[in-house]
Amino acid sequence: MSGRIVQVAGPTVVAEGLGGAALNEVVRVGQDRLLGEVIRIDGDLVTVQVYEETAGLALGEPAEGMGAPLAAELGPGLLGAIFDGVQRPLPELAAREGDFLGRGATLPALDRARAWEFEPAVRPGDAVAPGSRVGTARAAGAPEHPVHAPPGTAGRVAAVRSGGIGLEEPAVTLEGARSIALLERWPVRRPRPVRRRLAPDVPFLTGQRVLDCFFPVSAGGTAVVPGGFGTGKTVLEQSLAKWAAADVVVYVGCGERGNEMAEVLDEFPRLEDPRTGGPLLDRTVLVVNTSNMPVAAREASIYTGCTIAEYFRDMGRSVALMIDSTSRWAEALREIAARLEEMPGEEGYPTYLASRLARFYERAGRAETLGGGEGAVTMVGAISPPGGDLSEPVTQCSLRATGALWALSADLAHRRHFPAVDWTASFSLEAEQLAAWFEREAGSGYGALRDEAVRLLQRERELAEVAELVGTESLQDAERLVLESARLLREGFLRQSALDPADASCPPGKAFEMLRLLLEWHRRASAAVGGGVPLRAILETGVPAKLLRLGQIPWQDIRRAGEALRAEVADALGRLEVE
Amino acid sequence: MTTDLVTRRVRGAGALAGPLLFLEGGPRARLGEVVRIALPGEHGAPGEERQGQVIAMSRERIAIQVLEETRGIPPARAVVTLTGEVARLGVSRAMLGRILDGMGRPADGLPPPIAEARPFIAGAAINVARREKPSEFIETGVSAIDGLNTLVRGQKLPIFSCAGLPAGRLAAQIACQARVRGAGAEAFAVVFAAMGAPFREHHAFLEAFRTAGVLDRTVVFLNRADDPPIERLMTPRCALTCAEHLAFRHGLHVLAILTDVTSYCEALREVALARDEVPGRRGYPGYMYTDLATLFERAGRIRGRPGSLTQLSVLTMPDDDLTHPIPDLTGYITEGQIVLSRELDRRGVQPPIDVLPSLSRLMGLGAGPGKTREDHRPVADQLYALYARGRDVRRMAAIVGAANLGDEEKRLLAFAERFEAELVGQGGAFRTIEETLELGWRLLGDFPPSALTRIPEALLRARRGAGAAGPPPAEAPGAAVLRAGADAGAAGGEGRGAP
Ligand SMILES: Nc1ncnc2c1ncn2[C@@H]1O[C@H](COP(=O)(O)OP(=O)(O)OP(=O)(O)O)[C@@H](O)[C@H]1O
Ligand SMILES: [Mg+2]
Repeated sequence: MSGRIVQVAGPTVVAEGLGGAALNEVVRVGQDRLLGEVIRIDGDLVTVQVYEETAGLALGEPAEGMGAPLAAELGPGLLGAIFDGVQRPLPELAAREGDFLGRGATLPALDRARAWEFEPAVRPGDAVAPGSRVGTARAAGAPEHPVHAPPGTAGRVAAVRSGGIGLEEPAVTLEGARSIALLERWPVRRPRPVRRRLAPDVPFLTGQRVLDCFFPVSAGGTAVVPGGFGTGKTVLEQSLAKWAAADVVVYVGCGERGNEMAEVLDEFPRLEDPRTGGPLLDRTVLVVNTSNMPVAAREASIYTGCTIAEYFRDMGRSVALMIDSTSRWAEALREIAARLEEMPGEEGYPTYLASRLARFYERAGRAETLGGGEGAVTMVGAISPPGGDLSEPVTQCSLRATGALWALSADLAHRRHFPAVDWTASFSLEAEQLAAWFEREAGSGYGALRDEAVRLLQRERELAEVAELVGTESLQDAERLVLESARLLREGFLRQSALDPADASCPPGKAFEMLRLLLEWHRRASAAVGGGVPLRAILETGVPAKLLRLGQIPWQDIRRAGEALRAEVADALGRLEVE
Repeated sequence: MTTDLVTRRVRGAGALAGPLLFLEGGPRARLGEVVRIALPGEHGAPGEERQGQVIAMSRERIAIQVLEETRGIPPARAVVTLTGEVARLGVSRAMLGRILDGMGRPADGLPPPIAEARPFIAGAAINVARREKPSEFIETGVSAIDGLNTLVRGQKLPIFSCAGLPAGRLAAQIACQARVRGAGAEAFAVVFAAMGAPFREHHAFLEAFRTAGVLDRTVVFLNRADDPPIERLMTPRCALTCAEHLAFRHGLHVLAILTDVTSYCEALREVALARDEVPGRRGYPGYMYTDLATLFERAGRIRGRPGSLTQLSVLTMPDDDLTHPIPDLTGYITEGQIVLSRELDRRGVQPPIDVLPSLSRLMGLGAGPGKTREDHRPVADQLYALYARGRDVRRMAAIVGAANLGDEEKRLLAFAERFEAELVGQGGAFRTIEETLELGWRLLGDFPPSALTRIPEALLRARRGAGAAGPPPAEAPGAAVLRAGADAGAAGGEGRGAP
């Protein structure tokens, strides 16, 4: 179907004569055949959001419907790849077009020239159901890639191929005319089906103490990370992308900085995946639509990323989908809505912002896959609230749709307390459900320790308020000890250096031991103060300085170091008490 | 209204609203296309010409943003020519030393430089797969920046100022004296874009460049305070187009100074309001983030190309408010910010940089072993942490009185005072990074080692071993040698001056 452009405003184009076009159908717009998607149909007038720069488009230029919705290419070669928001491969684009992004480029997401070997896992006569494993694809330098029957594909195997094969060739032919290739396509805005959702009782371990201990989310859970500029959202998302316990990480750089992504591209190939020993990039898919790239493609980028994440979930993998930042997505939505002259809701966002966000986050979850395995998509979405004020619509709508709030505080960031997770404002709705896991796996008594730590921090806040009025000199030694111990807890436990190799990621066992040492110290020192030992003498024992450096101890050594420290505490305080 | 289809010329526009001119129907316009608007002259003679740009079009009408004064345009009698071309700028190395107006036309009475290329001024995004990670430390000579908020080549780091604070002076000082260690005779250039700049401001910049002898390596784009505000939307784009050409075509290390981003945003708002767009926060358009990003993201390095484009913009925070949409959105795009404080300025701290809200996100790429010094990051972190606590104590002392402070608190308070007076308040002098770090160590020397928890023990021990039984050495051994070397490089030619 071919029509003509009758209106251009920013990233949206209105065309007429595209009769029969469907919502979300891909349209090629203008002489340069820019990629677009139908977002509204009004009689003969079809509105298209265009994924490329629209400058230079003229009225009367053609628009052609492509008959299919915007879809992601799914298959071997995704891992380690870097795509833009509509899944164009950026390195390949650069090789073809140079250092700057041009327009109208069409390149398939997955390289057709790459040679893959297919080893079938089924034989003629076998029954194949949606999601069942039919074989393995291999290529030099690429991780092994299991091939599954796509949703909706079932039948009896008529023929199988093995050996060298193209991505789109039938690897397994079913009776009737259907076949299964290494590559499948899936419309990005439609969730991929699962057999059933599973309960959120396994944690998604982030390696960040403050998150895992105080505000854990489940594998398949959702968390949002709001914070003003410079509070550490990106560093946190990237730390999780590096250290979180996931088989696959899909990282969506949505409307953020180019240099940040350059850093990831520089770092990830050299970092080691702690689970496989291979390069970290081999478990990562990057979807990058920086702030200066076309805004409509930014809107699409989170769906592209999510579809890729679901694809790996359907292979039985635990996938982390990191989005930095969902606010830029919402702003893209707002910009497009404004061009459509829709009635704006709060802060100019379209009224459907909340439902879109809710529907998106529902695509997360731990599930039994169609093939009978177990996979998960865990989502962590950064939010960039204007002025750092969490009362704005994107934060508020996201909060209703997600399971945890990891709020970042500008005040902590200004003090260089990182991760700047505000322990009073943050919460996790899943903490209770996950408590049993931590008791079992990290150490019994975990929950009680955690509560004790929370109480200590709470007490610190109250005392700090008093001290603001009367000065710390007027506080009793016991009270000042609370302030000191809380400081140790903040700086020695909640604070975690992304730069220190031993501290960058912390397994729950180490976190448990650290917390126990810190709180034991507080109890022991409180007893000493109660017994009349002056606080100054206690603080001068040198123990506090050691407690502040617990994070730098490799997790393998923490128990031994802990025992030594316990002995030292007993010795030092015992001596003071005798005096 | 009559339309000449061959020349794409329209006689008579439908309406004029603020900076916008509307054509009813008319030829097939292109989005972003440049238009020329001829005014009727006296007695049939050809009149003046103004420039505009198509910003939206439908079958019924074409919206044109007039980049120059719209006063004096009689819509019904104007002749609008659609040029069919999206805005481009002729760029060349010969622009160095020239003064151009806000749209890139000569403003120094000389003929236009002969263009080597005519790129679109809107620019194109650098393919992230081709971006080079920034990594070279730029020594600005300013302790609060070098020591605590290190700038690197290819970074975009704005100065957030308050009305009346010396942001311009700081930016000019950096442009004139910054250098890259060991860079020898690398070529650098400054591209200076003034948007709505009052005479006082652009004059001061040019004088500073002249005094430092860098004027002939500078390209000036001047949109003055009394120039048409809408022209301001073009000025940074022209400047950055030129800067990209110098950086990525000629391999120069370009420092682009855009001042003042606030004037630019106000022009953006004016157009949005004239178009009856749904306003975002405080009337600024919802797409301001994206629009600013298309400017700021033009900083960077590209793999395999020798040059770099570093941006140091100046932004005046309306009402001194860091959460105002202009600084807020800028901070969300740039790689940090240097924040000036009215309070420090009042107390005579020059430059009045408040380091707590200041940040250089790329500091990790430019600071540390092999770049500056091994102790750089830890010392900076420690200074930050103690200064933040010192500021808390100062607030507390205002309420409870200094007498009710404990010993440690008194020490923190004294530290905060010295930190501001000695480390931040350096005046206009150039300090090497070694001098900055040694000063930092001296300030830290007031604390027992156990209070220096951000500094790895090994470093503390090494420091003590290096003869810090008494006061720490004024200068690390070897620092003087390093500096002499750097100075020699600078004397060798172009090493000193803007990065
Ligand atoms: N865990 C951390 N360890 C050490 N430094 C950190 C950490 N997190 C953040 N930082 C510091 O804070 C800076 C800003 O962090 P980041 O870029 O993640 O902020 P952001 O919240 O993503 O900001 P924006 O919204 O503007 O993108 C970093 O450049 C780094 O210097
Ligand atoms: Mg960020």
